[in-house]
Amino acid sequence: MIIPTFLTSLLGPFLGPLAWMVLKIIAIILPLLGAIAYLTYAERKVMAAMQRRRGPNAIGPFGLLQPIADGLKLLGKETIIPTGANKLLFIFAPLLTFTLALAAWAVVPFEQGVVLADINVGVLYLFAISSLSVYGIILAGWASNSKYAFLGGMRAAAQMISYEVSIGLIIVTVLLKAGSLNLSHIVEAQRQGWFAFGLLFPMFILFFISGLAETNRNPFDLPEGESELVGGFNTEYSSMTFALFFLGEYANMILISAMTSILFLGGWLPPVAWLSFIPGFIWFFAKIALCLFVFLWVRATLPRYRYDQLMRIGWKVFLPLSLLWVVVTAGYLVASGTLPHTGG
Amino acid sequence: MSAFAAAKRLFLPEILRGLALTFFTMFKRKVTINYPYEKGPLSPRFRGEHALRRYPNGEERCIACKLCEAICPAQAITIEAEPRADGSRRTTLYDIDMTKCIYCGLCQEACPVDAIVEGPNFEFATETHRELLFTKERLLANGDRWEAEIAANLAADARYK
Repeated sequence: MIIPTFLTSLLGPFLGPLAWMVLKIIAIILPLLGAIAYLTYAERKVMAAMQRRRGPNAIGPFGLLQPIADGLKLLGKETIIPTGANKLLFIFAPLLTFTLALAAWAVVPFEQGVVLADINVGVLYLFAISSLSVYGIILAGWASNSKYAFLGGMRAAAQMISYEVSIGLIIVTVLLKAGSLNLSHIVEAQRQGWFAFGLLFPMFILFFISGLAETNRNPFDLPEGESELVGGFNTEYSSMTFALFFLGEYANMILISAMTSILFLGGWLPPVAWLSFIPGFIWFFAKIALCLFVFLWVRATLPRYRYDQLMRIGWKVFLPLSLLWVVVTAGYLVASGTLPHTGG
Repeated sequence: MSAFAAAKRLFLPEILRGLALTFFTMFKRKVTINYPYEKGPLSPRFRGEHALRRYPNGEERCIACKLCEAICPAQAITIEAEPRADGSRRTTLYDIDMTKCIYCGLCQEACPVDAIVEGPNFEFATETHRELLFTKERLLANGDRWEAEIAANLAADARYK
């Protein structure tokens, strides 16, 4: 590699690799921010099409500059901090949400060997980060000192924790089949067939639905249910603090889509071998885009669940089903002698 | 619960049907119009911005009978009149407070000479209240600007009167 060697000779043995690392982080973050911005555009266009409307089309060709206009508008607004709010936590909560949404991308493999941190507990890292994001929301709900925000925060906490339990069990079934916690190895284990098709198909569906709940998206967007909670946990937020929540939510959507692609849809692997002339990262992005489309599609289709229905599905349907499937998968793998053995 | 009902709850057929519906709706014709560039059709009876009309020779139609002022349920119209030098009775003041007006169209119904009419224009939003206090000059200017459309609308609606 030319660039890291050049940087090391220029900046010395400590600063050189550090600068290289920062460059790599920027190379991930900047396109990600762009993707978040254009995901909001895609959402408005897809929902408009499904409702037979036109969607944004005034700013730029086909309204393509709309996300930029929206961002500038939010930047120009005033940040209002309610009198009764806990100022420190009020500002800290959106920062936390947004930072965590970005931090998770450190372990996501874009292609064979193209990953910022190829750690052996990648799945656990992702799981931990996505669990931590509930703190941002519950802190926001509490620090706002408003009943709507507080109720929204409570709902978010209850909902995200409930669905994390079944997400954890679903991930266990994937790990049983892949035999590794390293995301790159999990993708490689799908060379013989993506996990989404076959024994783990029900888990694929459950994972996606749990992902909807985990990211507070329709039909599980009760934490920000505008019809009963005004704006939920972000009722009191305005300007950039609001934008950070907004971006964080969309970043989480992209992250859950990436996780679905990696765990079930074979990450960067092409669907059939003869298509492998197309670079892996393009396949990866295409799969992410497909999952995101389903996110938007579901939002345009389904009404919001009632809160007790949400909890009932989480604890009384998803949890037993995923628990059962852990047993079924383990039993099948042991019985058929296909349980993978890891080198370590 | 019967096996059928259980399967129905487990495999979410209704939700899949809903998803199929929205998916195919995506490719259907859009029903909204591209508003500032495209506009919907308006009836000849559409009651929009007011205008004071003139005769073809340029003389204003209004004869200051004050029937419109009398009938206006919102009391938005204010008229003052006195005889002009040539002896004809004309308004010296004809104001409509467009923020009071309810666009009921009774003024144009009351007018014996088709002087005050509500034209097809509905895009006259302003940034201040003051700009919506229309004076006689403004109303006559509206009449000059929209005469072609107003005349066409009146002709189209004449046989129903």
